[in-house]
Amino acid sequence: MRYAILVYETPADFASRTPAENERYVAAWRAYHQALIAAGVRVPGGIALKEPATATTVRIKGGQRYVQDGPFAESKEQLGGFLFLECESLDVALEWAARCPTAATGVVEVRPVDLVMHETILNG
Amino acid sequence: MADARRTVEEVARSSYGRLLAYLSSQRRDADDAEDALSEALLAALESWPREGIPKQPDAWLLTVARHRLVDRARRTRVRAEQAPVLQELAAEPRDSATAGETFPDRRVELMFVCAHPAIDPALHAPLMLQTVLGLDAARIAQAFLVSPATMGQRLVRAKRKIREAGIPFRFPAAHELPQRLEAVLEAIYGAFGLGHDEAAGADAPGKDLVDEAIWLARVVRERMPDEPEVRGLLALMLFCNARREAATSPYGGYVPLLDQDVALWWADEIREAEGELSEAARSGRIGRFQLEAAIQSVHAERARTGRTDWAAIATFYDSLVALAPTLGARVAQAAAVAEASDPDAGLVMLDALDASLVTTYQPYWAVRAHLLRRLDRGSEAVAAYDRAIGLTQDPAVRRFLLDRRG
Repeated sequence: MRYAILVYETPADFASRTPAENERYVAAWRAYHQALIAAGVRVPGGIALKEPATATTVRIKGGQRYVQDGPFAESKEQLGGFLFLECESLDVALEWAARCPTAATGVVEVRPVDLVMHETILNG
Repeated sequence: MADARRTVEEVARSSYGRLLAYLSSQRRDADDAEDALSEALLAALESWPREGIPKQPDAWLLTVARHRLVDRARRTRVRAEQAPVLQELAAEPRDSATAGETFPDRRVELMFVCAHPAIDPALHAPLMLQTVLGLDAARIAQAFLVSPATMGQRLVRAKRKIREAGIPFRFPAAHELPQRLEAVLEAIYGAFGLGHDEAAGADAPGKDLVDEAIWLARVVRERMPDEPEVRGLLALMLFCNARREAATSPYGGYVPLLDQDVALWWADEIREAEGELSEAARSGRIGRFQLEAAIQSVHAERARTGRTDWAAIATFYDSLVALAPTLGARVAQAAAVAEASDPDAGLVMLDALDASLVTTYQPYWAVRAHLLRRLDRGSEAVAAYDRAIGLTQDPAVRRFLLDRRG
């Protein structure tokens, strides 16, 4: 099964991004990633996102384009990045989500990847 | 205040467990009765702390449960035939109430049903927590790291299996008892371990599960006082629980066993644990839980002697591994040997473990990192620390290891 691990971070997490600010934050993430690879979990993708203030949202309503500064939803935790995991079951994916450093500070969401939709878009 | 709440919970849950065990033992389809009893339990947990524990807690729970059933029957009609089950049940203690008796206690039989070999071992502990203690599926799910809906489904399926496979509601026969009892104890210890892991965090949400597991073991011990492994398990959990407070610094940090302030260990728990362990030893039948408790007893000695007898611990681990060569025991054995003789010897033992088993076993990497650091193998130690950091779910342990890693 393929899962997306969506990492919702707090403002403090985002503020910890620079190594000079908080070496622990970076070290914990690096260790987590290494543990995943070493355990033989396939991680075919994933990326860290910049802080929510850097986001710009676009929507089209009644033929008009609306562009806004900031993220789509106003909440304390914001999407800070995501990883794709390939593992045998949701139980295993949840275990890895619980090991994610952000599970102790923000929220980590596990969602199955919609492969059917993906294939349909790619191949018609 | 917290203690009063705890007493209410204990009375309510033991009443609940007795009633449900009794209901189930009557081999009736007790699903609706179980739902009604669960609601009654919730009502008790709500009102007893305010209004005091009723004189006859069982009767109180039964009355509320019966009202709920009648309400529901009025609404659904189809299930009206369920109401007599509780009515009949409620009628019984009235006769025996004068003798101070309530229901025959069948909770241990219920535990044997929950930990039956026909049931997936992963569900033994969840089933016990739900049926014997009345914990709700959401709380159980949290401890077992699955979603509440998933846990709910798994429990429903397991209960259907119990019914459909006709798993008997009885005490196992003598020849099957050792194995069956082991499954029960294993499940109790599993619940304890999960509670312990959860409780490691700063706000200790798993504390309740730790107490419930200890309490389940007490229920079994009361019923089976001559089984040394029951006492061994109880002693083991009490020893570990005695260090709960000492394992967390005032700032929520993780304090490893050897750095703990022995003054913070709970002397009463340790005394009780020692008593259980020596009572168990009188049987002359050693077992896995007694050995594990004996190891914890040596650690507890440090409160008196100021030192840890690693040679004794290593010897106990030898016996434990010979008896039950679990991964956890073998990693702990390596750590003990490293302390008793030298880190190299411990590392050799770690190297001998099957590499495929240890990839996600966090304690292995934590011990390995510690030994490599002691041997001045700097870069290898850092790599092992990284694995241990990446595998932990406990933020306090993560911080601790990050600091050690440097």
